[in-house]
Amino acid sequence: MFEFILHRSSFLLPNMGRLLAILIWLITAGTIAFFAWAKTKSGWWFPEAISTHAAAMDSQFKITWIVVGLAFFGAQVALGYAVWKFRAKGNERASYNEGNTRMEIVLVAITAVVFITLAVTGQRVWAGLHLNQAPPDAVQVEVTGQQFNWYFRHPGADARFGSTSPKLYNDADNTAGARPGPLGIDPKDPSGADDIVGQTLVIPVNRPISLTLRAKDVTHDFFVPALRLKQDAVPGLKINLHFTATKEGRYEVACAELCGQLHHQMRAYMRVVSQAEFDKWLSENAPK
Amino acid sequence: MAEHIQTSHAAPKGFIRKYIFSTDHKVIGIQYFFLALTAALVGLVMSLLIRLRLAWPASRWPMLEAIFPDGFKDGLMQPEFYLAMVTMHGTIMVFMVLTTAPQSGFGNYFLPIQIGARDMAFPVLNMLSFWITFLSFVVLIAALFVVGGAPLGGWTFYPTLSAIPSTGPGQALGADLWIVSIALFCVASLLGALNFITTTLNMRTHGMTLMRMPLSCWGWFTTAVIALLAFPVLLAAGILLLLDRNAGTGFFIPSGVSVSGNLIPGGGGSTLLWQHLFWFFGHPEVYIAILPGMGATSHILATFARKPIFGHKAMVVAMFAIGLLGFLVWGHHMFISGMNPKVAIAFSVLTLVIGVPSAVKTFNWLGTLWGGRIRFTTPMLFAIGFVSLFVAGGVTGLVLGQTALDVVFHDTHFVTGHFHLIMGVAAIFGIFAATYYWFPKMFARTMNEPLGKVHFWLTFVGVYAIFIPFHILGIAGHPRRYADSTGYEFLRALDPLHVFITIAAFATAAAQLVFLINFFWSLFKGKRASDNPWEATTLEWSTPTPVPHENFGELLPIVHRMPYEYSVPGAEKDYLMQAE
Repeated sequence: MFEFILHRSSFLLPNMGRLLAILIWLITAGTIAFFAWAKTKSGWWFPEAISTHAAAMDSQFKITWIVVGLAFFGAQVALGYAVWKFRAKGNERASYNEGNTRMEIVLVAITAVVFITLAVTGQRVWAGLHLNQAPPDAVQVEVTGQQFNWYFRHPGADARFGSTSPKLYNDADNTAGARPGPLGIDPKDPSGADDIVGQTLVIPVNRPISLTLRAKDVTHDFFVPALRLKQDAVPGLKINLHFTATKEGRYEVACAELCGQLHHQMRAYMRVVSQAEFDKWLSENAPK
Repeated sequence: MAEHIQTSHAAPKGFIRKYIFSTDHKVIGIQYFFLALTAALVGLVMSLLIRLRLAWPASRWPMLEAIFPDGFKDGLMQPEFYLAMVTMHGTIMVFMVLTTAPQSGFGNYFLPIQIGARDMAFPVLNMLSFWITFLSFVVLIAALFVVGGAPLGGWTFYPTLSAIPSTGPGQALGADLWIVSIALFCVASLLGALNFITTTLNMRTHGMTLMRMPLSCWGWFTTAVIALLAFPVLLAAGILLLLDRNAGTGFFIPSGVSVSGNLIPGGGGSTLLWQHLFWFFGHPEVYIAILPGMGATSHILATFARKPIFGHKAMVVAMFAIGLLGFLVWGHHMFISGMNPKVAIAFSVLTLVIGVPSAVKTFNWLGTLWGGRIRFTTPMLFAIGFVSLFVAGGVTGLVLGQTALDVVFHDTHFVTGHFHLIMGVAAIFGIFAATYYWFPKMFARTMNEPLGKVHFWLTFVGVYAIFIPFHILGIAGHPRRYADSTGYEFLRALDPLHVFITIAAFATAAAQLVFLINFFWSLFKGKRASDNPWEATTLEWSTPTPVPHENFGELLPIVHRMPYEYSVPGAEKDYLMQAE
C-alpha cells in the first residue's frame, strides 16, 4: 500500500489543478446544498419564532446570510477557476502582473459599503431590545441564575419586588412561599410577602415582559431560542431586558454561559399562557 | 536604514549548548516547532475525547477508564472531565500550537534568514523565550494531573467561576496552574515579540528595505507588534486573577456572591473587568494565530504561481489594518455580557470593517493565482486550502459581528464552527503549508510529495465535513460547552449530526498519521534537498542547505529587488533571486 501511494499516485500530478478545482467546487456546492437540506429538516434550523422582535431579527439574518452565501460562493468558484485554468504548462511563463490599484479601490469601496450597511441596519433590532425602555405596563419578572437552577420571581399583587440580601440566601427551602428562600427575600419587607418564586417562567402572551437578570454565584446566560433572546446573568449586576411573546406554549430555557460541572443541565421551562390563565396562575400561586 | 554591526561567534561545540540551550535562532525555531507538534497531538487527542462524549454521551468506555479512572467513572465520561478537555484543548491549541508554531517556530527560523541577518537581535533572550514557553507547557500539562482535577472554565476562564475555588471540580490547584502557565507564556511571548521587532527593524541586510521584505516577514513583524501590545494585558489580568484566588483581593468578584450557600467575603470587583482585559488580548490573539499563516500563504502562493504578489503594498497595508482594527473590536465577544449596549454598536461596526482588509487579502491571493503557471506541490495545495478555509470561516464573521444576530448565535456551535474554520484549521493549513515548504531548508531533506498530497486531500475534505455541520447546530440553537444535549427537547433532532461530526473528526485525525509518517520518515530517509528545490527567490533559498552557523558565508547577501520577481519578461530564468 505504502509503495503504491509512494510511486503510483504520481499519475495524478498533471491533473492536480483540475482535481483541486473540482474538489473546491464540490465542497462549495455541497456546503450550500447541506444548508438548504438542513433548512427543510425539522429541528435542524431556527425554532419557530415567538417574539415580536424575532421577525426583524430573522430577516436581518436572511439578508446577511445571502451576502455571506454570495461571498462564499463567489470566492470559492473563483479560486476553483484559478486553479483549473492557470496550471503550469511546460516552460511557459506566468503573466507578470504586480496588481491593479483601481480594482483594489473599487473592492474596498464595495465591501466597505456592504459591510457597514449590514452593521448599521442590524442595529435597529438591537436598539429595540436594549436601548428602548420597557413600557410601563410591562409584566415584571426577575430571573436569577444559580448553579444549576433558574429562579423566576413575580412581584405579586403590589407590583413591587421585596428587597433581597445575599446574607439571607437559604437554598434549603425553595418552595414558592419560602422566606427568605434561595433568593434571600427579606421577611421584614412587606412588599416581598406576595412575591411568587418558581422554577418555571410563566408569562402572558402578547404583553411586554420586562426581565431583570441576576446571578448568585457565577455568570449564567438566559437563552430562549424560540424568543431569539440571549442575555448573560452576571453576579453583581442587574441587567434589564424586555420582549413580547406572541404564541402560547411551553418553551425551553437554556443556560448559554459555561457555569460549571453541570452547565448542560441548567434547563427550565417557559410557559406562555393567555392573560386569563396568567391571572389564574398568579392567584393560585400567591403565597398564603 | 540603520546600520547594524553583526557580531560573529564561533559555533558552539558541546551537545547541550548546540541542541538544548542553544542561542541559534534555527535550533530555537526547530525546538518551538517540535514543542508545537507535541502540543498539537495532545490537543488533537483531547478533541477526540470531546467528540466521543458529544456523539455518545451515555456510552461506557472501560478501556478509557483504565487510563483516566476519575474521568471515566464506571466507564462513563464525567461532565467535569469533558469540560476539562474542552478547556485544555482550547488552551493548548490557541497558545501552544497556533501561537507557537507559525510565529515562534517558523518565524524564528526564517525571519533572520529572509532579511539577511546572522541571528536574532537578542539570541540569549530568544533561548529564554523558548525555555519559558516550554516551562509554561509543562505547567499546563501538570494541571491535568493535580488533585481536584484540570480546570473546566473554558479557555476564556471567566470569573467568578475561575476566581472562586468552591465553584466546583477543577477549580482548585488545576486552575492556579493554568493561570501560572498562561502568565509564563505571556512573558515568553513578550520577550519573543521584542526580539522579532528589533530584528526586523535593525538587522536587515543591505538593500533589504521594508517593502522588499517577503510577506512572510511582514506577517511575523505585524504579529510581533500585536503580541507586544496584547500579552502584557493578559499577563496583568492573570496576575490579578491569581491574587483573587489566593490573596482574597476580589478584583473580579463582586460583593454578595454566594456559592452553594456560602457568602464569598471581600468583593467589590467586576466580572466584566476580566472579560474586557481578556478579550483586549483575546481578539488580537486571533490575528496572532492567523497573520503568520497569511504571510506564509502569500509567500508560497507567489512561489508556485510563478508570479509576483498581486498588490504587494496593499497586502502589507491590509495586514497592518487588520492588526490595528484587531485592537478595536474586542467588545464583539461581549455583546450579551451586560456591557453597555451603546458601546456594542461601535464594536459591531468596527468588526464588520475588518471584513474590508480581509476581502482585500482574499482578492489579492486570487489575483496572484490569476494568470499564473501554478505548480501543484504539497505546500501549494495547503496554501490554496488556506485561502478556501479563510473565506469559509471569515464570511460567517459577518453574522457574528452584528449585535442583533449575535444575540441568537452567541455561545452556540455556530461560533465553534466559525472560529475553528478560520483560526483553527485555516491557521493549521498555514502551518502545514509552511512545514512542507520549508522542510527542505530546515532538515536538508524533502518530504514525500505523493504522501503529502494524500494528506492534503483527506484533511481538506475532512475539516469541511467536521466544521460546516457545526453551523447547523448553532442555527438550531445548540449551546457550546454542553457535555450532553440529550436533556433538551429542542436539541434531540441534532443527535445524528453529532455522530456525523465525530466520525468525520476521527477520520480526519487518522489522516494526520499520513503526515506524521511522512514527516518522521523524511526526517531520516527523505531525499537530500538541494539549496533551492522550489526555484524560489527569497534569501532563505540563497543559503546553502543545510544552513550553516550564522546563516551566510563571510559576506551577508545584498538585496537588489522585490521579493517575488517571478516570470519577469526578458529574464533568463523564470525567477530572479533577491540576492542575485
